[in-house]
Amino acid sequence: MEIKIMKNIMEANDRLAAENRALFRDRGMTAVNVMASPGSGKTSVIIQVIKSLGAEIDIGVIEGDIATNIDAETIGRLGIPVYQINTGGGCHLDANMIRMAVQNFTLKKRSLLLIENVGNLVCPSTFDLGEEYKLVIASVPEGHDKPYKYTSMFMAADVIILNKKDLMPYIDFDKDSFYKGVRAVNQKTHVFEISCRTGEGVQTFISWLRERVQEGM
Amino acid sequence: MHEYAVTQGVLDIVLTEAKKIGVLKVTEIRLVIGDLSTIFDESVQMYFNIMSEGTLAQGANLIFKKVVSRFRCTACGNEYDKPKKGFECPQCGELGLPTGVGREFYIESIDVE
Repeated sequence: MEIKIMKNIMEANDRLAAENRALFRDRGMTAVNVMASPGSGKTSVIIQVIKSLGAEIDIGVIEGDIATNIDAETIGRLGIPVYQINTGGGCHLDANMIRMAVQNFTLKKRSLLLIENVGNLVCPSTFDLGEEYKLVIASVPEGHDKPYKYTSMFMAADVIILNKKDLMPYIDFDKDSFYKGVRAVNQKTHVFEISCRTGEGVQTFISWLRERVQEGM
Repeated sequence: MHEYAVTQGVLDIVLTEAKKIGVLKVTEIRLVIGDLSTIFDESVQMYFNIMSEGTLAQGANLIFKKVVSRFRCTACGNEYDKPKKGFECPQCGELGLPTGVGREFYIESIDVE
């Protein structure tokens, strides 16, 4: 006997994500899910945000990492509350991990919550965490073909950073091809070209983020 | 890479539905998966075989109905399967946009005894 089911496989995660989202909105918090390949500059971008906005906005960080707390220590040294999630080999964060983190972590109202996902351009795109914005970071040395190869990640992005732009003269990075790939799958997203190392372009992104946090308060 | 979590989701839904109707055994599970969903069928079946042991769904066969992602050309309106490389319309060469077809990720039906 055949029985119709017609249920989204991700429904358990999506239900928890919706609860997280409602909680964040109720508290006037802006949650940003930071996703990228390993080494593209997720932690560096978070540090830039803390340095630029830390004095005017309360910021909390949830650090997703397979096994270490290297990034959490770096963030902690900046005097920012940070909660570490070790996925124990898992390739992504999910909504339940965020729910548990939030229960064990004092987050101020009207604040910015930065969630650093596990370095991976595939799996995290499938798991809604309840964030308000999905920030996807690509970096110049990774090459311009990433939107073509990791379509679902670039499709999911609400905002994109192209990091390490200072390396552009040294790398065969076809910017037109990169933008074409991004636009083919995602017309609404902003793309900010920055370099965390030199600081170039960072403040343009910070202004955008400041406005989003103020909107969410 | 996230097939373990996906498989857990499939198993949970199937067992909940099966218990609701009071069936004895689930023999087949039909999944509809768009090709933008980035999962590997064989891995899901492998995890399923292990995770379903001792449940109503032990030994169930997973059928994957794959949906090829469709794009619509912004210039000529042609709808086409996403080419292997790039997103260009095979008819006029202009850029297409995703139609939503190819993002499916659900359990369609189960066979039970």
